Amino acid sequence: MHSFWYRLNGLLTFSVTILAIMCAIASLSDNLNTPSPSAEIQVMNINWFQKQPQGNDEVSLTMNISADLQSLFTWNTKQLFIFVAAEYETPKNSLNQVSLWDAIIPAKEHAKFWIHTSNKYRFVDQGNYLRGKEFNLTLHWHVMPKTGKMFADKIVLTGYSFPEEYR
Amino acid sequence: MGWIGETVDSVKSIQMRQLLTQAVSLGMIVTSALIIWKGLMCITGSESPVVVVLSGSMEPAFKRGDILFLHMSKDPIRAGEIVVFNIDGREIPIVHRVIKVHERQDTGEVDVLTKGDNNYGDDRLLYAQGQLYLQRHHIMGRAVGFLPYVGWVTIIMTEKPIIKYILIGALGLLVITSKD
Repeated sequence: MHSFWYRLNGLLTFSVTILAIMCAIASLSDNLNTPSPSAEIQVMNINWFQKQPQGNDEVSLTMNISADLQSLFTWNTKQLFIFVAAEYETPKNSLNQVSLWDAIIPAKEHAKFWIHTSNKYRFVDQGNYLRGKEFNLTLHWHVMPKTGKMFADKIVLTGYSFPEEYR
Repeated sequence: MGWIGETVDSVKSIQMRQLLTQAVSLGMIVTSALIIWKGLMCITGSESPVVVVLSGSMEPAFKRGDILFLHMSKDPIRAGEIVVFNIDGREIPIVHRVIKVHERQDTGEVDVLTKGDNNYGDDRLLYAQGQLYLQRHHIMGRAVGFLPYVGWVTIIMTEKPIIKYILIGALGLLVITSKD
């Protein structure tokens, strides 16, 4: 009952249990945080707006994105994954979400930023319904913890629209 | 002569009982593990409630060797969610993020495009020939939580099966030779 192996076994079981409890508590502590993020997106320019040979509309645009997401960081946060998605409705699809740009924020200091960029990923519709259409730009963020539960939320910015004609 | 037979019988019966007890304990351990696994499958609604991250395509969020807890609800799939999916013809599930969603007006079915955070391009290269989007039935679950490093045990056992056999052999030896 007191041999080396029994003691090692007891020690290992105990330490694994304690580690698991610590991870759970660390994750629960994330719920105490009340974040207050803010963001603004301006569409500076629609670079071009064409219909592809397959029949799908494609648009390229340049945006100014500024945000302050520092309040989302806790001691248990490993990084923040953020992305900007265009959301709109077409006669064919009740919802379309197209991710235009994303970034990884590794630390609180980098969470307050301003960036001028064109869309990182191609903005292609399923169909050719984009002319004159209104769309929302949503800034989503995913909080990735050091251990435990992941949180996600977003800010919806409305009032953007595509040009009436291809250019 | 009778008591020799008696002694032999009693010795045999002790060993028999010990053996049976050990077999029952082993059976109990295996069945409780199975009950926990199946129970997790029911609670999370996913075929595979826990997966191990095998590649570096989602770094720095998930590194090789982390484990992910999955949950599958009836909620619609939305951009930004980290999903685990199977491609027809590939057995290893892939864990990537949804970057594009098209949900039909009439049927409510979704077409989903995914991409690994650390990859340059989207996953169309990984999909089956001619497949442009994933549908809901390809997706096994959403990642809702994670634990770092714990999955290395599984990776080592899968990539070096020798270690698996050594472990099971050693466990078997321990069970047989233990005196209680």
